Amino acid sequence: MDWQGQKLAEQIMQVLLSVFAVVSFVAGYVLGSFQMMMLVYAVGVTLTALITVPNWPFFNRHPLNWLDPSEAEKQPKPQVAVSSKKKSTKK
Amino acid sequence: MHSFGYRLNGLLTFAVTILALMCAITSLSDNFNTPSPSAEIKIININWFQKQPQGHDEVSLMMNVSADLQSLFTWNTKQVFIFVAAEYGTPKNSLNQVSLWDAIIPAKENAKFWIHTSNKYRFVDQGNNLRGKKFNLTMHWHVMPKTGKMFADKIVLTGYSLPEEYR
Repeated sequence: MDWQGQKLAEQIMQVLLSVFAVVSFVAGYVLGSFQMMMLVYAVGVTLTALITVPNWPFFNRHPLNWLDPSEAEKQPKPQVAVSSKKKSTKK
Repeated sequence: MHSFGYRLNGLLTFAVTILALMCAITSLSDNFNTPSPSAEIKIININWFQKQPQGHDEVSLMMNVSADLQSLFTWNTKQVFIFVAAEYGTPKNSLNQVSLWDAIIPAKENAKFWIHTSNKYRFVDQGNNLRGKKFNLTMHWHVMPKTGKMFADKIVLTGYSLPEEYR
C-alpha cells in the first residue's frame, strides 16, 4: 500500500464506521430493538474491515518508485561508525 | 497504516470507542421516557400473627398485588426488579422497611399482572410493636438497563394496619 492509499484507507475507515454507528443507532431506536442496533453495527464493522484492512490494488495507485537493485549497488553505501582508536595505558 | 496489523488494530480500536459512545447515547435516551406506572395491593387475609420464641412479633399475610408497569420498559431495558416492602415506625427505629415479596419482570408483556400470594419473606419485627400497627406498603422498582444507568422509583400505598391482638 502506498502513502496515498494509507491515507485513503484511514479516511474510508473513519467515515464508514461513523456512518454505520449513526445508522445502527437510528435503526435500533426506531425499531425499539437493542439487538438490531448491535447487529447492524457488527455488520458495518465487518464490512469496513473487509474494505479497508486488506491490501487491495486500488490502494496502490500511486506506487513508490523504489530504486532498482542493480542501481542501488552503484550508490555509496552508508558507513557504519566504528571507533577503532583505543587508548592503551603505557607506563 | 502501513501494514495489515496496524490497520486492523486501528479499525478495531475506533470501532470499540464508537460502540462505547453509542451505548452512552442509548442510556441517555432512556431519560426521554416518561413512565406512568400504577399498582394496587390488597391484604386479603392475616394468616397468623404471633410472638416468636425469641420474642419478636411475626405476621403472615395473604396479599393480592396487581400492577401495570409496562410504561417503565424502553428499548434499553433488560428487566425490571420489583419488590413490596412494609414500612412503619417504632420507638426503637424511626423507619422499618421489611421486604415482603419480590419478582423479576423480564419483558414488557409480563409487566401488567396480578398475583395472589402470601408474603415471600418473613414479616418479623425487631421487638413487639406490631399489634395494631399502621403501616404503608411500598412497591419499589428498579429498571435495569441493557447498558447504562439504572432507574429506581416507588409508589407508596398507605392505610394498612395489623390486628390489635395476636391470632
